[in-house]
Amino acid sequence: MSRITKEEVKHVAKLARLSVTEEDADMFTKQLDDIIGYAEQLNELDTENVEPTTHVLDMKNILREDVKKEWLTNEEALKNTPDKQNGLIKVPAVLE
Amino acid sequence: MSLFDKKISELHELLHTKEMKVSELVDASFSRIQQVDEKVKAFLTLNEEGAREQAKLLDSKMGTDEMRGLLFGLPIGVKDNISTKGLRTTNGSQLLANFEPVYDATVVQKLNEAETVTIGKLNMDEFAMGSSNENSGFFQTRNPWNTDYVPGGSSGGSAASVAAGEVFFSLGSDTGGSIRQPAAFCGVVGLKPTYGRVSRFGLTAFASSLDQIGPITNTVEDNAFLLQAIAGHDKMDSTSANVDKQDYTAALTGDVKGLKIAVPKEYIGEGVDEEVKNRIMEALKVLEGMGAEWEEVSLPHSKYGVATYYLLASSEASSNLARFDGVRYGVRTENADNLLELYNHTRSEGFGDEVKRRIMLGTFALSSGFYDAYYKKAQKVRTLIKNDFDQVFEKYDVILGPTTPTTAFKVGEKTDDPLTMYANDILTIPVNLAGVPAISVPCGLSNGLPVGLQIIGKAFDESTIYRVAHAYEQATDHHQNKPEL
Repeated sequence: MSRITKEEVKHVAKLARLSVTEEDADMFTKQLDDIIGYAEQLNELDTENVEPTTHVLDMKNILREDVKKEWLTNEEALKNTPDKQNGLIKVPAVLE
Repeated sequence: MSLFDKKISELHELLHTKEMKVSELVDASFSRIQQVDEKVKAFLTLNEEGAREQAKLLDSKMGTDEMRGLLFGLPIGVKDNISTKGLRTTNGSQLLANFEPVYDATVVQKLNEAETVTIGKLNMDEFAMGSSNENSGFFQTRNPWNTDYVPGGSSGGSAASVAAGEVFFSLGSDTGGSIRQPAAFCGVVGLKPTYGRVSRFGLTAFASSLDQIGPITNTVEDNAFLLQAIAGHDKMDSTSANVDKQDYTAALTGDVKGLKIAVPKEYIGEGVDEEVKNRIMEALKVLEGMGAEWEEVSLPHSKYGVATYYLLASSEASSNLARFDGVRYGVRTENADNLLELYNHTRSEGFGDEVKRRIMLGTFALSSGFYDAYYKKAQKVRTLIKNDFDQVFEKYDVILGPTTPTTAFKVGEKTDDPLTMYANDILTIPVNLAGVPAISVPCGLSNGLPVGLQIIGKAFDESTIYRVAHAYEQATDHHQNKPEL
C-alpha cells in the first residue's frame, strides 16, 4: 500500500511553496514513499511513556537585555535585495 | 617536508622567530590552490585581495607586542554556510549565488580576533544536505586521495582543502556527520563539538537542534588549537551553552592509562566493511597497549537513528528554509506575475532536488494528521537514543568505533537512491541526536582510501576525546599519510 500519494505530494509541495511538474511529482512520490516506509520502522518501538526530546540542552527562557543598538543600516539590510525602490523592498502587486 | 605538513605550533614558531612572513604563508596557500584545485575543486570563492591585504597588515605587526592572536597569520578556509562579511556566501545553492553577507558569524569574528587569514569559502552540499558533495548547486568536489571518489559531505570542500594541502585548517558544520564523515573519507581530523559549545550565530540553519560548527585539521593538536579559538558562550545565540570552556591543548598529555573505552557492538556489526573493522580493532590494540581498557557494549537504538534523523532534520529544515523566497535576498525568478508565483518559482528554480525532497518530507511530517505519527514519534525515539549514550557514559570515558561503515564511494555510485546514501551516516547521526561531541581521526587505509576512527565523548568533555585521539595519533603514523595530487 502506498503511504504517500501523488496528490499528497502535490499538496505538500503547494504548502512548501514549491512548483512541481508531473514528472517531478512522480519521482518525489516514489522517493518520499520509500523514505516514509523506512521511517515506519520506528513503530517497532513502544514509546507510550517516553518524553519527547526537542532539544538536548536543558535551557529555558534565554533572554538578552532589551537595549536599543545599531545593527544594520537600511542600506545594509537592502544590500542583497533583488528589487528595491526608495529604501524599500519591491515585489509584484499583492492587490489587483 | 612540505610547508603544509607542518603543525600550527611549528608554523607559529617560524612566524614568531621571523623566519617566515604571513604573506609568504598566504602566497603558498594560493599557489597550492592554483596548482591542485582544478582537480579537487574545493573552493567556491577565493578571497585573494582580502587575504593579501590582511597578510600585509599582520606582517606589519610581526616582532611587536601586537602579535597576540592565538592563530596569528595562519590561512584558513571556511565552509560556505558560515557568514563572512563582504565575502560571497552561497550555501552551495544557486538561490544564493550572488549573496554577500553584511555581518560576520561569531566564529568568524573569533577567528579574526585570533588573527587567522581567510583564504576563501569551501564547497558543500546545498544547505548542508548530503553525504557526498554531489548536491552542491555549483560543482562536485573530489576526494584528493582518488579524484574518481567523493570527498564526503556536506563539508566535503572543507575536508578536501585540508587533505590537499591548500589551507592548514578549515571550518565545517555537522548536522548528521557532515564534519566527521568527510574527514574520514579524506584522511584528516574533524571534530563535532558538543551541541552548544560553539556559537551558531551566522551559520545558516539547516536543523537547528542538531547543527554544530567544528574544526577540520591535519592533526589532533591543530584541532585543539582551533577549537580553543572558536569555542565559548555567545549571547547572540540562544542555544549557546553558558559553560566554561576547557584548555583543550592542555589535554594532549599522551596518557590513556586506566581509561575506559566502550565499543558498541552495533558499530562493528553487520553492514560495516571488514577492512574498516580491521583498522578499528588495530586501533583498539594500540590503545590497549598504552594502558586503556575496552569492553563491548550495546547502543540498542542505534539502528533507529537514521529514520529519526531524517524526520527531525527535514522537519526543522522545512521551517528554516522558508525564509528563502526571493524577496529580501538571493536570486529572484524572472518568471512571476504575482507574489505567490514569485515565491514558488524562485524556490523551484533555486533549490536542487535533495533540498526539495527534504523540505517536502519535513512539511509532510509536520502536517496535520501526520505530526504525531512521524515528528513526535521521532522526538520520542531521540530520547531513547540519548538515554543509550547516557547509560554507557555512566561506566565508560569514551565510546569508540568507525566513523563510517565503508571508505569513500565513487562519484555517481549512490546518487539515484537517497536511502542508500542516507545509510552512510548511520554511525555519525546518533551522536548529533544525543548532542554529544565526537572526533574522526585517520586510522589507516583500505584499498588506498582512508578509514576514520570515531571517538565519542560525554557532553562538554572534548578534552577527553582529544586526550585519546592525541595519544593514538602519537603512537601511530597514519596522520602522516598524504594523498598524491
